[in-house]
Amino acid sequence: MIGNSPSTSASADLRHVAHHFESPAQQFDAAVQGMWLFLATEILLFAGLFCLYAVFRANNPEIFQHAHHYLSKPLGALNTVVLLCSSFTVAAAVRAAQLGRSRQSAILLGLTLACGLGFLAVKYVEYQHKWKEGLLWGFHFRSPEAETPPASAAEVPVTASASTAGADSAALTRPEQSDSAPSATAAEEPSATFRPVTLAPRGLRAPDEPARAGTPQQQVRNVQTFFAVYFLMTGLHALHVLVGLGLIAWITWRTWAGAFTPLYFTPVAMVALYWHLVDLIWIYLFPLLYLIH
Amino acid sequence: MSTSDPDSATHHGSLGHVVPLRVLALTLAGLLVLTAVTVGVTMVPWLDLGPVGNLWVALLIATIKAALVALYFMHLRYEKPIIPIILVVTLCFVILFIGLSMMDSRAYQPSIREYRAVDPTRYAPDLYNR
Repeated sequence: MIGNSPSTSASADLRHVAHHFESPAQQFDAAVQGMWLFLATEILLFAGLFCLYAVFRANNPEIFQHAHHYLSKPLGALNTVVLLCSSFTVAAAVRAAQLGRSRQSAILLGLTLACGLGFLAVKYVEYQHKWKEGLLWGFHFRSPEAETPPASAAEVPVTASASTAGADSAALTRPEQSDSAPSATAAEEPSATFRPVTLAPRGLRAPDEPARAGTPQQQVRNVQTFFAVYFLMTGLHALHVLVGLGLIAWITWRTWAGAFTPLYFTPVAMVALYWHLVDLIWIYLFPLLYLIH
Repeated sequence: MSTSDPDSATHHGSLGHVVPLRVLALTLAGLLVLTAVTVGVTMVPWLDLGPVGNLWVALLIATIKAALVALYFMHLRYEKPIIPIILVVTLCFVILFIGLSMMDSRAYQPSIREYRAVDPTRYAPDLYNR
């Protein structure tokens, strides 16, 4: 058993071994196994959102093709690199803890903390940009073309609800179906009878697309569903980053205080596993949300 | 368990496998290269395999990256078999879950099209049509 080594190196470490464990090694193995079971539930939690993504994308591929133009590929790539580096530093910190180099471990954990904060800072810039642009979910979604603030539901003219099934109202509610210009001009003029926002989700163009209207390829509706998926997935992930940062701050402090030895560093190893999972989720989120083409 | 596990006790009697720093650095390098590749293929026109092909390429690269993180950063390669079993079973359930959901939603798409065909102005998930 490995339990024979502690008796020589540091018998004081055995105070961390619970009475129902035979040795630090057995206790550590149990902790690793329990942590992986928890990570399995985390994977299943995110699987719900990946399922949502898959079903939405399979049935509305044009929304995803269109809406990802609004995400910043460089910022997404930067965050990927930042998170991968933080995964490396935390793995190196576990190694240092295993070897009893507390000071090195604490410095590496501090670097991990800095990377995690950097990730959140970039995320903040992205979220703020989307908030300002009105690239949000459901009713909060505004077309980037719309100059006016979003109208409340009460302000929407009754005629816009297409209760009269004339050719005109059909053209206004489904501009991508019409081959004439009026629907597009209505969507761009703030002074039009219909508030631009009422037409925004349907008459949306990507910023880099030319302002030609009426062609079906450039008129995508229900783009707000993409941003609902985007904010749900990156939001839950960012929440995990936040929790991970709190945990890393805690073990950095504990490591610096000299609480861990080669025979007891379970919190460091477990938090590292959690942090790697956060990285794993982002490895999938980045191509699925930012790199659609 | 640990008696037959040579990796556990080799380095200064420490717990778990101590992954050499070189292996960790190479893993990071591999991850960064693969990130560059997955971004790069979106910029090269002749590597465009269409929406479905691109999705599978992106997922393949992401899975290789995830495997690198799990195997080396998360020590999966050095753990006892129970840990990979937990992970693989979980992933099987994820695939089952997503696969069945997609099959189901695909099965009722014709009904949605039929519903919309009756009146082109009604569009099922459109919140703005009220």
